[in-house]
Amino acid sequence: MIPVIAVSNLGKRYGRTVAVDDVSLEVFEGEIFGLIGPNGAGKTTTMECMEGDRVPEKGTISVLGLDPRRDANALRQRIGVQHQEAQLQKRIKVWEAVDLWRSLYPRVVDADALLARLGLEAKRNAWFMTLSGGQKQRLFIALALIHEPEVVFLDELTTGLDPQARRAIWTLVNGIRDRGTTVFLTTHLMEEAERLCDRVAIIEHGRIIELGTPDELVQKHCPERTVVFTSDDANVVERMQAVGTVERADGTAPTYTIRGAGDDFVTNVINIVARESIRVRGFRTEIPTLEDVFLKLTGHGIRD
Amino acid sequence: MQLRFLSGFWKLTWVETKVFTREPMGFVGTLLMPLVVFIFLGRVFGIGKPVAAPKVDIPFNAAILAAVLIAISAVQSLVAIISIYREGGILKRLRATPLSPVTIMGAQVAVKLVFTVISLGLLMLAGRRLFPGVMHVNLFSFTAAVLLSTFSILSLGFVIASLVPTARFAQPISAAVLYPILALSGLFYPVDRFPRALEAIAYLLPTTHAVALLNGVWDGSGWGAHWLNVAALLVLFAAYTTLSTRVFRWE
Repeated sequence: MIPVIAVSNLGKRYGRTVAVDDVSLEVFEGEIFGLIGPNGAGKTTTMECMEGDRVPEKGTISVLGLDPRRDANALRQRIGVQHQEAQLQKRIKVWEAVDLWRSLYPRVVDADALLARLGLEAKRNAWFMTLSGGQKQRLFIALALIHEPEVVFLDELTTGLDPQARRAIWTLVNGIRDRGTTVFLTTHLMEEAERLCDRVAIIEHGRIIELGTPDELVQKHCPERTVVFTSDDANVVERMQAVGTVERADGTAPTYTIRGAGDDFVTNVINIVARESIRVRGFRTEIPTLEDVFLKLTGHGIRD
Repeated sequence: MQLRFLSGFWKLTWVETKVFTREPMGFVGTLLMPLVVFIFLGRVFGIGKPVAAPKVDIPFNAAILAAVLIAISAVQSLVAIISIYREGGILKRLRATPLSPVTIMGAQVAVKLVFTVISLGLLMLAGRRLFPGVMHVNLFSFTAAVLLSTFSILSLGFVIASLVPTARFAQPISAAVLYPILALSGLFYPVDRFPRALEAIAYLLPTTHAVALLNGVWDGSGWGAHWLNVAALLVLFAAYTTLSTRVFRWE
């Protein structure tokens, strides 16, 4: 399978600051690929080198078989971009922005249909400055999609949005992928990466430290599972320790914490609970997330 | 390709024109400020006839001052827009489209030139009504001279815009550069009576040649007599544009 984006040994410095040290990755057609990491890890610089906005210092990049610097003009026709914390002219109307962008590309989608798809049809005549954060981001997505690009680059798409607006944007991004467009995004929100991305690369200090599907990474680095339940029965801990995969069962009545690893762990616990006829008032599982993977790999949280 | 370049240019110019007319302060400042200065000074000092201002022996022409102010306010407005657009990532977003950098900046210049003509038209109308009998300058020729001057001074605006760190500094920095330049332009004091060093600096500034050309067109000596100033405006435009392409920051 030929990758849509291929980056190898990318490096970029600003003065003496190393923004990207050594990044290599491949993105395939039709996937949502996330570059995740804390602020300042090199996400945006990596993305901007792919878009042709920046000149890499070392390494090679190929996007849709093109060199982003040498073939910048050809590439701009085939990719869509959304920049981090971007603005438009304060008093430009939504339809004017869409109309302007449509005039810049030879092949474009229908403006009204696109605005409807992004839920902006009621805002056609609104000035950019009057839009909410979520509406602004949806407009930027519209502008990125106006020429039916083959790859869309989305930089920190939902930063600063409230949870509801964030979910609406996630649905839209999934929709972009479902139409066959490859999506490359950056985020420092692990939940976003988990919900959206088919594969992620974790970047720290300008280097990719891990790459895979969110599931794979969690399995590999944080296989432990936890079941927490509440019960008034006696000897719960002892009865639980009978489970093969249980590493630790502890807690005092009425709340117990059972830890173990592996895909079958939660099922096993449920089976024991059933077999032993333990009467359970509450039951929840704690499954590690990418956030935990990140913590494990770097020794610090993503927002630290 | 050529056609695409133009189609993007006209569309962007039209959008920027509409956006600018919605900006109350910029709109009023650009159109009304030179007009108010013109009417006020015209009332005080008179128009057209080079009058001796009290005590100092200087030729002073409110119409030409106002015309230069139109150009200066166009530059201030350009610097403000560029710094706001840069800070908001608008320049960066436009650059990520197939628009060429020349088209993006060309549209801004075109908008400024359109409003220069409108502003000058208002000035001439007001002049004809308020100061009858003295505004007998060739309208077409004077407009052409103001446009050429504005065009040339705007190239300096791109250099100033490169110096502005954030949008908040756009106004003070452009004022700090433009007002001394205005003082050196020969509007208030003849350039050839400056100390040598100042005179040399003055001739490197487009405003000086703009004032000389406008004075010439006003008193009827015409473009032929001022071909050197016209050439200087073009050369300085090329020089400042070249300089700004080297120092200009898009983000």
